[in-house]
Amino acid sequence: MAEIPQSRAPNPKSDTPVPVWRLLPRQHLALALGLVAAVVISRFSGSIDAYLVDVAIGIGINVILAVSLNLVNGHTGQFSLGHAGFMSVGAYLAAACTVFAGPRLLGAAPGPLAHNLLFFGALLIGGLGAAFAGLLVGIPSLRLKGDYLALVTLGFGEIIRVIFQNVEVLGGALGFNGVPAYTDFAWAYGWGVLTIFTVSCLVNSTYGRGFIATHDNEIAAQSIGLDTTRYKTVAFAVGAFFAGVAGGLFAHLKLSIDPRGFDFTRSIEIVVMVILGGMGNTLGVILAAVLLTILPEILRPVAEYRMVLYSLLLIILMITRPQGLLNFRFGKTRL
Amino acid sequence: MTEFLQQLINGLSLGAIYALLALGYTMVYGVLRFINFAHADVFMVGSFAGYYLGRLVPGGTLWGGLAVLAAAMIACALLGVLIERLAYRPLRGGPTLNVLITAIGVSLLLQYSGQIIFGATPRTFPQLFPVAQFHLGRVGISSNQIVVIVVAPLLIAGLQLVVFKTRMGMAMRAVSLNLKAAQLVGVNINTVISFTFALGSALAAAGGILYSMNYPSIDPLMGVMPGLKAFTAAILGGIGSLPGAALGGLILGGAETFVGGSQFSTYKDAIAFGILIVILLLRPAGLLGRWTAEKI
Repeated sequence: MAEIPQSRAPNPKSDTPVPVWRLLPRQHLALALGLVAAVVISRFSGSIDAYLVDVAIGIGINVILAVSLNLVNGHTGQFSLGHAGFMSVGAYLAAACTVFAGPRLLGAAPGPLAHNLLFFGALLIGGLGAAFAGLLVGIPSLRLKGDYLALVTLGFGEIIRVIFQNVEVLGGALGFNGVPAYTDFAWAYGWGVLTIFTVSCLVNSTYGRGFIATHDNEIAAQSIGLDTTRYKTVAFAVGAFFAGVAGGLFAHLKLSIDPRGFDFTRSIEIVVMVILGGMGNTLGVILAAVLLTILPEILRPVAEYRMVLYSLLLIILMITRPQGLLNFRFGKTRL
Repeated sequence: MTEFLQQLINGLSLGAIYALLALGYTMVYGVLRFINFAHADVFMVGSFAGYYLGRLVPGGTLWGGLAVLAAAMIACALLGVLIERLAYRPLRGGPTLNVLITAIGVSLLLQYSGQIIFGATPRTFPQLFPVAQFHLGRVGISSNQIVVIVVAPLLIAGLQLVVFKTRMGMAMRAVSLNLKAAQLVGVNINTVISFTFALGSALAAAGGILYSMNYPSIDPLMGVMPGLKAFTAAILGGIGSLPGAALGGLILGGAETFVGGSQFSTYKDAIAFGILIVILLLRPAGLLGRWTAEKI
């Protein structure tokens, strides 16, 4: 949300009393409101059709994935094709936490608070694990450019998949079953709001201008003394963290995960969301994530044409409207 | 020792196929500086062309097999030119990222329209060439492997001839050195680029048919893995270098076969990516590639 102007800090010396809602910067206020809204709506989710709630949670998870990938592919201009790989790291780690460590930590009669704390911890561990994987892949490969980086991230995603297929403790090729159903509306949307908040604050901060400089012209950015590799690594790690959290949410929504569910096609789906929304345009990317989650549900009768549609969309968009379909900023485009 | 020789033969025939595919990647990269992701799917289309054309000729004859091979190569050459004309040419000179995304889009389009047209279930590739099994001592070699080991080097030699002995080849080399300068001295770059795509796609089709003869289960997603591995081979050899692509293909085919024969066989698919990552970190220019400074 690059359009949002930086809100001024409240000035305590002015004579007019400062309204309560100006005590916090606008983004923080939006974050607080979003979190409250997520929890409140979640209270009523029992009275909504279960199918709709399921789709809504799917939208939330896809928003997290798309917005976090947008930090890497859009704002920083590094083309990563391994987002599903990071998602799988988070999914497996978080699921392993709740399945293996959960019963021991919870004790005999756990209350809802204990469950929520456990899930929060599991998601954090999943996210941190994915961020660590992001660093592991990112530090060496981010010195590469464009095509090469796309390929290394793709290769990494495939390696991760092969490894998970071979780890018998995590179910191997059969998939990891029996994950407890923790993900609900509040969790998905709470993390969604947090992702949007973190990414837009990061990008709009003074530090974050470095991401955009790296995107616009890497050589120019280096020549004025920006450590572009460092920026790319940070973007990669933060993006991977949220991908890991989304993976954890996904695992506790579907209750069963399978290495093949995190393959190249999944990464492409997220990439399509980012491109459709306009790379580097958070609002557009959110809209695209919503649209591309609902569309397959509506188009279920013609499901086999979905990927054909996606690929045509990619080609036509790149040729006719490379700034993205849902990018409503006219005039200067950032691509 | 016997087992080593056996694996060497298997690795050689697999490596020759990777080399054929890698040449296509490296040629397109040479003239246009981008990874043609769709190349792997042209390979798949070549294999399906062989499947359908194979019904028209009597199976198991040498002339029939060669005719199918030639026809599939021509069909894929046309497909390659068409892809370049429709998808890549409008973006020429645009940001690399856009071209890359388009290439991925074309690749997915071929895969998933293939699933609709050909069906997603795997099919059995027909026996095009005469079948026989030869034994050299205790080392076995099938006629299909012999076809691969004979046809692939012939095609690679033919490519060398075209690139280094013809006017068009000279134009290709000029474009890959400097596209704008070539244009200034009167090279018609559209023709050269179309020709490069035709040549690369024809080799991919040949690779597809040779691959399917040895691994006779074909489906619309079959190109993905060999494509990624051949691309790794192209990088390993030094992208833009023709002998490098051939060498990379052979090394990769050998490495994969030996890992597949050891106790780590389940990690067979990961080995190519391991090699890719190591080579990009240690020597991004590849074994035979030249390091070029970036000009501003």
